[in-house]
Amino acid sequence: MKTIPATAFAILFLSLAVPPPALAEGGLKSLRGDRPIGEESLQPAFTKWQHDSKPIARQFIQQPPVIPHSIEGYTINKKFNKCLTCHSWANYKKAGATKVSLTHFTNRDGVELANIAARRYFCTQCHVPQLDVDPLVPNAFQPVELLNGQR
Amino acid sequence: MPESGQERKTKTGRSALAAILAVGFFAGIIFWGGFNTAMELTNTEAFCISCHEMRDNVYREYQNTIHYSNRSGVRATCPDCHVPREWVHKVARKIRATNELYHKLMGTINTPGKFEAKRLQMARNVWRTMKKTDSRECRNCHDYASMDYVKQERRAMIQHDQGLESGQTCIDCHKGIAHELPAMYEVDPSAAIGP
Ligand code: HEC
Ligand code: HEC
Ligand code: HEC
Ligand code: HEC
Ligand code: HEC
Ligand code: HEC
Repeated sequence: MKTIPATAFAILFLSLAVPPPALAEGGLKSLRGDRPIGEESLQPAFTKWQHDSKPIARQFIQQPPVIPHSIEGYTINKKFNKCLTCHSWANYKKAGATKVSLTHFTNRDGVELANIAARRYFCTQCHVPQLDVDPLVPNAFQPVELLNGQR
Repeated sequence: MPESGQERKTKTGRSALAAILAVGFFAGIIFWGGFNTAMELTNTEAFCISCHEMRDNVYREYQNTIHYSNRSGVRATCPDCHVPREWVHKVARKIRATNELYHKLMGTINTPGKFEAKRLQMARNVWRTMKKTDSRECRNCHDYASMDYVKQERRAMIQHDQGLESGQTCIDCHKGIAHELPAMYEVDPSAAIGP
């Protein structure tokens, strides 16, 4: 009886220790490149955040607009949200920023709130700053027609 | 001619006076030097973070910020932002700092919870001071007469041009530059989600 788990373990152990040939020799291409599993993947080149710019055109209507500026050191925690010091309805004029969308004041039950909804509080879940890099996966995405004229 | 008793007396009197003056003079130098050395010693980051209240909270947070590590390799240490450079202001700050010793003994902020509970009050003290001095300590390093707005990032350029011209000071816009902010519901309810 006891030999069964032991054999199972041995097989498991061996299968982990000896990688399948495809992985061992490389040749299998994934997002981490085609380096053999035993070797460290190559460091991607250092890239920098793009310089601040005007708002960046959207690709489809429901897209969370990408962030056209650096957010280095901007803290969002339960005590304080740095983004809202510029983007809240109280502050946007002074900061010259876009005010947060009205949709951000509705909770998941559709109730309209007086302050930002909890599910919209962590801005960087949806809004992301930009790096000038090649896409990891080539794609032929086209903006919706409605927004084509915008660029 | 033998010296008269009177003369000898005045002479010893004089040399005594000279001796006292000399001793006083050197003691003064030593005391003064000691005083200034003490001022220097207490004006270092190492001194500030010798208290765990400072080390475990604000110092830890500051290590993630631009003033701890940046592309130019110039660091702003605690006294750079919190202790004035001019002698008179510096002594005044040191005298006020004895308050910190008292609260150290009382353990006013000796746990993270207590620190957080008092953070807003302490931050407000710092903001008030900086507002009063037109952010003097920031301007010791960042002189806006030498700031070239055009070389700055878009948002900075626009805000500095408008804000500084209209009489705002660095701390009006740059709160939380070196530490985590306190809970801000009271200060700006639109930038926090409520208690
Ligand atoms: C110091 C003020 C400030 C802070 C802090 C700030 N922003 Fe902005 N943001 C701006 C300004 C100003 C613009 C408009 C850009 C312009 O016109 O120069 C902008 C633009 C944007 C846009 C594009 C809006 C559009 O219409 O396309 C998004 C998205 C955005 N910010 C998200 C964020 C997020 C998320 C944070 C926090 C991580 C943040 N911002 C923090 C000032 C700020
Ligand atoms: C769950 C995803 C999500 C989160 C979290 C979120 N947003 Fe958005 N945001 C969107 C989407 C989607 C849009 C575009 C559609 C719309 O207006 O709702 C948008 C639009 C915006 C706009 C542009 C509004 C306009 O009038 O063009 C701003 C500015 C913005 N968000 C800021 C913020 C800030 C600041 C936060 C954090 C407090 C935040 N968002 C959190 C998804 C999100
Ligand atoms: C003896 C331990 C100790 C040392 C050393 C120390 N601190 Fe503090 N510090 C404290 C305590 C305790 C408080 C809380 C005072 C209170 O409750 O009012 C405090 C409060 C502060 C505050 C808030 C003051 C206010 O007005 O509310 C600042 C700013 C500060 N310290 C900076 C510094 C700097 C800069 C140094 C180094 C020059 C330093 N501290 C060295 C113990 C210390
Ligand atoms: C000891 C000198 C010194 C003092 C004092 C000082 N700074 Fe700085 N500050 C620097 C240096 C150095 C940098 C980094 C410059 C760089 O490499 O980009 C910097 C960067 C900054 C930045 C740029 C942040 C970013 O993300 O690019 C701001 C904003 C700033 N300081 C504000 C302040 C404010 C506000 C004060 C006063 C509370 C202050 N500084 C006090 C030296 C100082
Ligand atoms: C009216 C508001 C306002 C005032 C007043 C203000 N700043 Fe700024 N500052 C900004 C904004 C907005 C940015 C860009 C966004 C950011 O860094 O968070 C900025 C960015 C900076 C930067 C980085 C510049 C860059 O190109 O990235 C430095 C350094 C700086 N401020 C220092 C200061 C100093 C020193 C003072 C006081 C003499 C000051 N600021 C006063 C709003 C202000
Ligand atoms: C770049 C300037 C700068 C540097 C460097 C700096 N501080 Fe501060 N400190 C501030 C400002 C501004 C505040 C006011 C609160 C805020 O805006 O975060 C503050 C607040 C504080 C407070 C009050 C509590 C709080 O979080 O508001 C303490 C204590 C303190 N600093 C201690 C230190 C110590 C210790 C160091 C060195 C490890 C240090 N500071 C380095 C600028 C600085």
